[in-house]
Amino acid sequence: MRTLRFLLQKEFKQVFRDPAILRIIFMMPIIQLLVLPWAADYEVKNIKLAIVDHDHSDYSRQFISKVTASGYFQLDQYTTSYNKAVEEVEKENADIVVEIPVHFEKDLVKESKAPLFMAVNAINGVKAVLGASYLQSIVQDYNNEIRQQWMQLPRFSPQTTIEITSSNWFNPLMDYKLFMVPGILVLLVTMVGSFLAALNIVKEKEVGTIEQINVTPIKKYQFILGKLIPFWVLGLLILTIGLAISLIVYGIHPAGSFLTIYAFAAVYLLVVLGLGLLISTYCNTQQQAMLISFFLMMIFILLGGLYTPIESMPQWAQWIAKFNPVSYFIEVMRRVVLKGSSLADIAPQIGIILLFAFVLNGWATWNYRKRS
Amino acid sequence: MTEQPIIYTEHLTKRFGDFTAVDAISFEVQKGEIFGFLGANGAGKTTAMRMLCGLSLPTSGKATIAGFDVYKQTEKIKQNIGYMSQKFSLYEDLTIKENIRFYAGIYGKSDAFIKDKTAQLLQQLNLEAEGDKLVGSLPLGLKQKLAFSVAVFHEPQIVFLDEPTGGVDPVTRREFWNMIYEAATAGITIFVTTHYMDEAEYCNRISIMVDGKIEALDTPAGLKETYNAATMDDVFLQLARKATRSDA
Ligand SMILES: Nc1ncnc2c1ncn2[C@@H]1O[C@H](COP(=O)(O)OP(=O)(O)OP(=O)(O)O)[C@@H](O)[C@H]1O
Ligand SMILES: [Mg+2]
Repeated sequence: MRTLRFLLQKEFKQVFRDPAILRIIFMMPIIQLLVLPWAADYEVKNIKLAIVDHDHSDYSRQFISKVTASGYFQLDQYTTSYNKAVEEVEKENADIVVEIPVHFEKDLVKESKAPLFMAVNAINGVKAVLGASYLQSIVQDYNNEIRQQWMQLPRFSPQTTIEITSSNWFNPLMDYKLFMVPGILVLLVTMVGSFLAALNIVKEKEVGTIEQINVTPIKKYQFILGKLIPFWVLGLLILTIGLAISLIVYGIHPAGSFLTIYAFAAVYLLVVLGLGLLISTYCNTQQQAMLISFFLMMIFILLGGLYTPIESMPQWAQWIAKFNPVSYFIEVMRRVVLKGSSLADIAPQIGIILLFAFVLNGWATWNYRKRS
Repeated sequence: MTEQPIIYTEHLTKRFGDFTAVDAISFEVQKGEIFGFLGANGAGKTTAMRMLCGLSLPTSGKATIAGFDVYKQTEKIKQNIGYMSQKFSLYEDLTIKENIRFYAGIYGKSDAFIKDKTAQLLQQLNLEAEGDKLVGSLPLGLKQKLAFSVAVFHEPQIVFLDEPTGGVDPVTRREFWNMIYEAATAGITIFVTTHYMDEAEYCNRISIMVDGKIEALDTPAGLKETYNAATMDDVFLQLARKATRSDA
């Protein structure tokens, strides 16, 4: 215990004396959280529409005004020629072509459903696809509205109404920041936890101090705990700074409790620290550690569900995501922040994460040798 | 009856793949001796020393340090030795006092012991006013003296010094050797490697390693006589010329 105390004193002194680490701890969350959500803002506004109206009915005009009133769309072209609309897309004046077929009104009245044709510009895929899905929900809304009007009339039986719920019910305003900020926080915690820890240990190898440590009676577990605990604390510190920023700057109050977030983070950090430790046991220079870290971080980010929902990834990528601890934390963060999930709700994720922690730390401890 | 040697090796060998870095060395060091471990670059000195300290597992052969086996009792060995590696290994981002406190602490020394001995040590090194300076800011000679002091701070039975005076000026080297003598007088066995032949003369006995093997082992005077040489330089050159391997 006493040995551990000396180790911890040393680590904390070194960490707080290192200007690079301090910069990372305080500047990284601030900059990333202030800049990234704006840069990576996929909340799409000003989607330009080219509408091909073959119907020219009251309903089609009503529909168009509803679409433009939503605030997400701008009417770029209102035409009767599909080719002309496509030309607009080619010239990048329009993002989406919506074709209202002849008999739109008739079909809507008669069959209570009317097909709409939509073509999206795949160059800015995200904008177009998101735009298309907004459009779809507006169409549904509109459909619903019309049915409700008809409901007043007795000749329509009640069973024709369908309850339409928004697929974005947990993020009703479709506020992309509410979606991104918790995810970015996860990445921050991950980076600090694993890569700062890995670099720290590898630095001792590079400088040669680890040799001096290995020749003392320090036990393996003491050395490892001495390294893990400070970075565990740092991880929680970064999380706190990040949560404060998201509260102050973005006004994000988690729907769930902070306690749930911290409880999960406390376990999650064991995983990232284990990973950092593992990296350090395989590297002899900080450069190697950096390269491996970058490589892993890349996979973690791309397959973590921050930008692309995991459900819309191909099957093989979904399998990889199952082994990506980041994806669990992002999921948990979003659930707690947006849906208000409780500790009991995220118990399965905690279980999986604990398993990760055991495997990674066990592997790293086994691979850390005091003697070559 | 003679006392049991404090360092004992028999055919101690270390191979890296099919390269034999240390080739069946056998020697003994008695308690309280200053033992010089000489050899050209790449001769295998550091490798041998790391095996003796329990940092590296021997490929074959026997060795005991303070009576403890290097294969099975490394933790016991570590309690009883000090080690100053070829690379400087104090924390440059900690102060002098913090370094001393840290290393003494992990050897299980009490706060009172650390406090008293730190004050005494700083006085000895004329560093009373500089205890709170970062080690990184000190000149090399002072760093090396400090590293030595830290290596013997916990009062080990043996201290292993790997080229402790590399790159240090002659005056500081002299002071450094005075510290070694003091430690030896206090009963600590000194096992030291060096490339300076004047330092070899300060040792009680020296071994000269060539290509992983110990080619000669005797007192400095004995070696000069055997090789019919006027200086240790001469002895070393005669032996080292045989070397086929060289890092330089
Ligand atoms: N881990 C290792 N793997 C492979 N070869 C090694 C390893 N460590 C040392 N060697 C080789 O073993 C030989 C002896 O190295 P060692 O460091 O023991 O020499 P040395 O006598 O200490 O030299 P110097 O005076 O330069 O410090 C060298 O040729 C070195 O390249
Ligand atoms: Mg060496």
